[in-house]
Amino acid sequence: MTQTQYSRSRSSDTEKKNTGGGGGAAMRVIVPLQGVVQGRGGLVLGSIIPCALFYFLQFYLKRHRNDLDDQNNSNSPGQNSTTGSGSSGKLAELPALTRNLSRGLPSPRSPRGPVSVSGRVSGIVKGADSPYYVGLRRVKEDPYDELSNPNGVIQLGLAENKLSLDLVNHWLAENAEQVILRNGKELSLSRIATYQPFDGLMEFKVAVAGFMSQVTAKAVSFNPSQVVLTAGATPAIEILSFCLADVGNAFLVPTPCYPGYDRDVKWRTGVEIIHVPCRSADDFNLSIAALDRGFNQAKKRGLKVRGIIISNPSNPVGNLLSRDTLYSLLDFAREKNIHIVSNEILAGSTHGNEEFVSIAEIMDLDDIDRKRLHLVYGLSKDLSLPGFRVGVIYSHNEEVLAASKKLTRFSSISSPTQCLLISMLSDAKFVQTFITINRERLQRTYSLFVAGLKKLGIECIKSSGGFYCWADMSGLIRSYSEKGELELWDKLLNIAKVNVTPGSCCHCIEPGWFRFCFATLTEKDIPIVIDRIQKVSETCKLN
Amino acid sequence: MVIEIEKPSSVRLSKVAISKTHGEDSPYFAGWKAYDENPYDEVHNQSGVIQMGLAENQVSFDLLEKYLEEHHEASSWGKGAPGFRENALFQDYHGLKSFRQAMANFMEQIRGGKVKFDPDRIVLTAGATAANELLTFILADPGDALLVPTPYYPGFDRDLRWRTGVKIVPIHCNSSNNFQITPQALEAAYQSAESMDLKVRGILITNPSNPLGSAIQSSILNDILDFAVHKNIHLVSDEIYSGSTFSPSEFVSIAEILRNRNYKDAERVHIVYSLSKDLGLPGFRVGTIYSYNDDVVTTARRMSSFTLISSQTQHLLACMLSNHEFTQNYIKTNRERLNKRYDMIIQGLKKAGIECLKGNAGLFCWMNLSPLLNEPTRQGELELWNIILNQVKLNISPGSSCHCSEPGWFRVCFANMSEQTLRVALQRIHKFMEQRKVCSVNR
Repeated sequence: MTQTQYSRSRSSDTEKKNTGGGGGAAMRVIVPLQGVVQGRGGLVLGSIIPCALFYFLQFYLKRHRNDLDDQNNSNSPGQNSTTGSGSSGKLAELPALTRNLSRGLPSPRSPRGPVSVSGRVSGIVKGADSPYYVGLRRVKEDPYDELSNPNGVIQLGLAENKLSLDLVNHWLAENAEQVILRNGKELSLSRIATYQPFDGLMEFKVAVAGFMSQVTAKAVSFNPSQVVLTAGATPAIEILSFCLADVGNAFLVPTPCYPGYDRDVKWRTGVEIIHVPCRSADDFNLSIAALDRGFNQAKKRGLKVRGIIISNPSNPVGNLLSRDTLYSLLDFAREKNIHIVSNEILAGSTHGNEEFVSIAEIMDLDDIDRKRLHLVYGLSKDLSLPGFRVGVIYSHNEEVLAASKKLTRFSSISSPTQCLLISMLSDAKFVQTFITINRERLQRTYSLFVAGLKKLGIECIKSSGGFYCWADMSGLIRSYSEKGELELWDKLLNIAKVNVTPGSCCHCIEPGWFRFCFATLTEKDIPIVIDRIQKVSETCKLN
Repeated sequence: MVIEIEKPSSVRLSKVAISKTHGEDSPYFAGWKAYDENPYDEVHNQSGVIQMGLAENQVSFDLLEKYLEEHHEASSWGKGAPGFRENALFQDYHGLKSFRQAMANFMEQIRGGKVKFDPDRIVLTAGATAANELLTFILADPGDALLVPTPYYPGFDRDLRWRTGVKIVPIHCNSSNNFQITPQALEAAYQSAESMDLKVRGILITNPSNPLGSAIQSSILNDILDFAVHKNIHLVSDEIYSGSTFSPSEFVSIAEILRNRNYKDAERVHIVYSLSKDLGLPGFRVGTIYSYNDDVVTTARRMSSFTLISSQTQHLLACMLSNHEFTQNYIKTNRERLNKRYDMIIQGLKKAGIECLKGNAGLFCWMNLSPLLNEPTRQGELELWNIILNQVKLNISPGSSCHCSEPGWFRVCFANMSEQTLRVALQRIHKFMEQRKVCSVNR
């Protein structure tokens, strides 16, 4: 298995850092050793030798650390080379932009120098060079349009679902005006304009809980009192990270994973991610053995694992977690006494024949362990309304709910939007129709797209949910490495003019995998996309 | 609220989750709770607690409602209009250009056109609460300090400190000079931070001030900016009440100070704004950061992913705030009504024998009840506050929750109720003062 370092050129920078988790353990052995060595000469030797050993140990650990988080992946900012807070031996080499005691920072400013900003800012611009953002920018600059810009870049790198927007549009055209401010009564702004509970209007929680229940085909009944609403799944994940882990703790995250976790889980919280690689040999399914390895590795690095973050259906692969796997996961979490966060934002976008099992079903059964299970949801994917910013934290842990309710004041949902959606989600007939038709369309588009790729000799992992095809293009890359993968990505973007997400952005350790989001395409677009990819794939095969 | 735990929960939460740094155990919030449990209603609950601890502006709703009645395009996307699709999918953290443009215009209008704002320097957040926290994350590291003049908005303890790990070091102001910030006080605060081994990263002022209800004079703004330049630190100016000054000439924005200096040293200045107070729309969750520093703008934009404003709301407000006629009229009328309310409450309090700090802005007045204290201490103030809450049934905010160094001052909000309710509140205060006079005579 090849190791994926996002950017090899960065490795020289990492050596500047001198904080080391392994060092902490080493020091505990060396210092007493020093004391043992008697006499002046002995003292000198006793100091030099352990120090030399210490530095060699550091060097060794750095060279062989193979699941250190990438500092420069897609959504996280770049690095800050002035971190010097080696004060805590427990904190392993943290990627930049996590919390550093400012005392450790050499003061970068002179009275006449520029005013300094926090560690979080430096390197932000470098983060923008990740393929994820470069691709998005290119689409923005030169967007494909059937009529007016047929040679533009086609967007396959943004997980949006445009397939069923017409249904929502229709509902809104019929109902919106009445709903937002009047709700059937006299126009009254005061109802929605004033301060509302930060974790959402109760009516909206009821509507959302009902929707979530319909999405899981009524397998689960969601209790509105266990719902905390926030402005998107992005803050939902961040809030849970703040609640469940302290600075310097870690979450286990199976990869390949959503690129945004680096920002959502780590950026402001100071929490680490330990990637747990899944393998193509297993169809990228989660293995408990791998989780266990990840847990132990964290321990060796002195990182305390506080939980696991899973996505179900998964982004980018699109597979579902079976009931058995969920139970095994629960056993594992129980054994290690950690939390499980299940990001089920695509639960309503399943399109295969496999049964979707929400973690909420497990929550319903197991009374004691409920407290360690937490669900994240949102309306951005299943209802195609990412602009409206609706995210959900669902938990039976009263402390988590209490803390989340307070934390969500920094990311509350706008009240007119809540009012609008209360009506929409309470319209059971509309919801049912939408879910059914949306699934059909996803299924159809998925099949067409996968078939198209297959004609080009590109295989995808069988996906049962979500907007993505996880495609194996390793046959087309020149060198079986991240570099080769990025070269292909570049060709796809600039020659084929198709924006896709390279697996390295998702922390996939096997090079050559690409994420294609098909839900932004109409049926007409598919042959055009396949055609364009073909042009590139032909040239790659020739090489 | 007691959380019943049947078994000790074996899986732990973080320090942030269980910490009290959110500050919600203070009287400021306890008073709200008392109101929630027994809210005054003109018709149904005339003996309930009147809420005077929440700075909401309800005096100008009718203007907003009239606008929305007459402009359906703001709250809908029309039948079959393509606008909806783009709007629903729009999650770009740059924010709707039309909305940023409208916000920039609105902010310019509030400042009488004396300064210009560039829409590309506007970063949108879900409320000023988020804006202040975001700036703190960006300008300071955990363990650093921000200097904040007292008395200050109680929410700062939470917004600036809780998740960020940053500390607040107070700049002490007192009644001897109407609580104005002095260069000596600035220096003293800075020294105090240094003596605690804290690195000061910036100053955060609220202008017009909450809870004082007065705008900061331009000479003082100049002093503060000079100080920030001298120490090479940031200056955040929370101008959330800039549209709530009773007369347009009284308010000077830090933007004007910068313009007068040709924007020299501007890269350390950041303005926070919101529609929660001036437009009375706190439920909409609309806040902005305006920064003259490119790095801060870029980072704030990225970080705003955690706190985006609903695109639907952006669309609605873009329509509303682009309507020049509407905004001109609104700003003018709102000011007049606030001024009228302010006069009403000041006169009413005066009749009851209570003095207030001379104010010229905001949704509240800063009331001096120090003569009534049993003892000139925080304890004495809280005892008085308790009596006012539980006997007089008025929720007002004690100065100690605003970190005021002098006991006996209280913040009283006047814009979140009808005139009738305000009259009732003043009657109650009057009665209370009468009773106290009688008591003290009998002693």
